[in-house]
Amino acid sequence: MGIIDNIERQQLRDDIPQFKAGDTVKVHFRVIEGTRQRTQIFQGTVIKRQGSGVRETFTVRKQSFGVGVERAFPVHSPKIEKIEVVMVGDVRRAKLYYLRQKIGKQARVREKQR
Amino acid sequence: MTGIIGKKIGMTQLFDEDGNVVAVTVIEAGPCPVTLVRTVESDGYEAVQLAFEDCRDKHLTKAELGHLTKAGLKHGKRHLAEIRGAGDLKVGDMVTVEAFEDGQQVSVVGVSKGKGFQGTVKRHNFARGPETHGSHNVRQPGSIGASAYPSRVFKGMRMSGHMGSERVTQLGLKIVRRDPENNLLLVKGSVPGAKNSVVIVKGR
Repeated sequence: MGIIDNIERQQLRDDIPQFKAGDTVKVHFRVIEGTRQRTQIFQGTVIKRQGSGVRETFTVRKQSFGVGVERAFPVHSPKIEKIEVVMVGDVRRAKLYYLRQKIGKQARVREKQR
Repeated sequence: MTGIIGKKIGMTQLFDEDGNVVAVTVIEAGPCPVTLVRTVESDGYEAVQLAFEDCRDKHLTKAELGHLTKAGLKHGKRHLAEIRGAGDLKVGDMVTVEAFEDGQQVSVVGVSKGKGFQGTVKRHNFARGPETHGSHNVRQPGSIGASAYPSRVFKGMRMSGHMGSERVTQLGLKIVRRDPENNLLLVKGSVPGAKNSVVIVKGR
C-alpha cells in the first residue's frame, strides 16, 4: 500500500481551494487544439466529489442553452489552471443528483448565509 | 531479450505530460541475480535463469539452496524463472529495472485470479437464454452435439469447469515510468494476477 501512496502523493496539488458539493465554481481548464493552447472556463454547480487522493474527481453541472451539461474533472489534474469558488452553497447532502430532475428556479442551490 | 521477475503491487493513475490520466500497474521488479545461463551446447537452448525475493534458508530444500550458493548468493531466494533468448549476462550479474527503457513495449506473464467452478456464460461468454415466457433455459449451455451420429461429445467442447488461476501473458504493454531507486516499473494498463503475485516482465 505504501508504495502506491508514495506515487500518488507526489502528484497531489496543494493550490486547490476548498470546495464541496453545492458550491458554484469556475474551472479554468487548459484545452489543446492542434498546436494551440487556450483556457476554457466552465462555470456551474458542483454536484459531487468522488474518490480520494490523486484519483479524486468532481462533477460540475450547468445549464447551457436550456440543456443540462455535466463535466467531470480530476481534482489534481495539471490541465486545471485554477478553480475559483464563486459561491458557497447551502445543501444538505454530498451528492446533488436531485438537481438533474429539477428545472428552472428549482434547480438552483441557495447561498450559504453566515 | 530482456526480462525480470517482479511482484504486482497494484494499480493507480498518473498524469502524462499532456495532463491526461493514464492507468498504470505498479510492479516491484528485481533486483534479480543471474543464477544460471543455459547455452545451446549444454542445454540445447539459450536462456538465463533469474532469482527473485529473499527468503529464509529454512524455507528452501538443500538442493535449491545449493544451487543458489553455487551462483554466489548469500541469501535464499523464493522464486526462480528462466527468460528465453540469448544475452551477454553471466552468472552473478544483477538484472534491475534499468535493463528496460521508458516507453518500451513489454509483455507481462502472471497467474490470473482464480474464479472457481464457473458456468459457460462467464467462462466462455456464451449467450443467455430468455428469462421470461416460462423459460428455464437462462444460463444453460444449449446443445452440445447431435444424437445417433456421432453418439459422443466432441473433444474440446466448451463447457463448465474451473476458470482462472492459469498462466496468462498480456502483450503489448508500455513502460510509462521506471524508478530504479525503489525498483519499480510502472506499466500502462492492467496485468494478470492478484496483488502481491509474482509476474515476469519481458522486453522485446
